[in-house]
Amino acid sequence: MGKSNKFKGFSLHIMPFSEIREYTITERVKKILSLVLGNKIVILQGRLRPEEEIRLIEDTMAMVDHIKTFKGIELAVVEPNGGEAGFFLRMRRGIAHSLTGESNSLTVIGPASIVKEIKKDPSKIEVFLG
Amino acid sequence: MLKIFSRFFGGFFRRKSNIKIGFYGPPNAGKTSLANLICKDWTGEEIGSVSEIPHETREVQFKEKVEIEHKGKKLSLKIVDTPGIATKIDYEDFLRYGLAKQEAKRRAKEATQGIIEAIKWLDDMDAVIVVLDASENPYSQVNITIIGNLLARKIPVLIAANKIDLRKADVKKIEAAFPEYDVVGISARKSTNMDEFYDALFKLTKKV
Repeated sequence: MGKSNKFKGFSLHIMPFSEIREYTITERVKKILSLVLGNKIVILQGRLRPEEEIRLIEDTMAMVDHIKTFKGIELAVVEPNGGEAGFFLRMRRGIAHSLTGESNSLTVIGPASIVKEIKKDPSKIEVFLG
Repeated sequence: MLKIFSRFFGGFFRRKSNIKIGFYGPPNAGKTSLANLICKDWTGEEIGSVSEIPHETREVQFKEKVEIEHKGKKLSLKIVDTPGIATKIDYEDFLRYGLAKQEAKRRAKEATQGIIEAIKWLDDMDAVIVVLDASENPYSQVNITIIGNLLARKIPVLIAANKIDLRKADVKKIEAAFPEYDVVGISARKSTNMDEFYDALFKLTKKV
C-alpha cells in the first residue's frame, strides 16, 4: 500500500460536546479513539479536561503498542480569539469551563500518520475534501 | 488514634526528608541531562544515559536520598526521571538517526510503554520540574497537557528552560507562556546557571 493510500478513508467528524457530555472519562476516550482509529479527524466542540487529555495520550500509547499501523495522534486545542498571548489564562479558564463542558474551544484530534501527510503536502487535503 | 498520629507525623517527616521530585516534559528536552547533573554533583553517580535520539529514557529511573546543600541549607530528594511524553511514536523517525529497523521498532515499543509508565507516576509526585527545550515553541499541546494536569492535581511546579546555550533559545517566551510559574533558564549540558536553579529548587520544595 502506497503512502497516499493511507489518505483514502480520511474524513472529518464534527462532535458536539453534548454527544459525550454524559460519558465517563473512559467512555469519552474510547469514543474518540475508535473514531481516530477509523481514520477520522475528530473536531470536538469544547475541550477535554486535563486528566482526560492525559488519559487520551495514555490509551493512545497502549493502542500504538498493539496496532501495527497506528502511530499515535495529533492533538490541538483551538481557542477563540487565538494567538499565544494570555495562553495561561485561557488554559486556566479552559480547565474551569471544561468541568462543566462549557467552552468555546475546538479540540482537534486526528491520526498522526494522516496529519503527517497533510503537513508534507497540504494540497492533498483539498483533493480529499473536494 | 495511633494510626492518625502516625499518619500525620509520618507524612510530615516524609515531606521534609525525602521529597519526590519528578522530571517531566517532552522527549529530548534534557530531563535526564539535568537529573544527571544534579545526581552527579551530590551522589557522584548519574541516573541514566543521554542521547540525541529521542526517547532514550524509556523507563522511569530513580535516585534515592540525593542530599543537596546550597547556601547553608540542606535538602533530601528522591529524584524520579521519567520518559518524555508524546502523543505519537513512529519507528520510522528513529531510522533517520541510523538505527536498524528492528532496533527502531523495539525503541518505539519501549517508548510507548515508557510514556504510559510516566503518566501513571504523575499522582505520586510531591513536586515536578518540567524541563522544556528553550529553543522550541513552548505552546505545544503536550506541554499544555502536562502543566494542565499538574495544575489540576495541585502539584508544585518549577519550569527549567533548558538549552539556553543554543542560539535559538528564548527563555522569555517560556516565561510569557507560563507566567504563574517560576522559570529558570539553564544549560544542563554546560552546567550554566545552576546556582539560580538550586535557589528555585529550594523555593519549590517549600511549597510541598
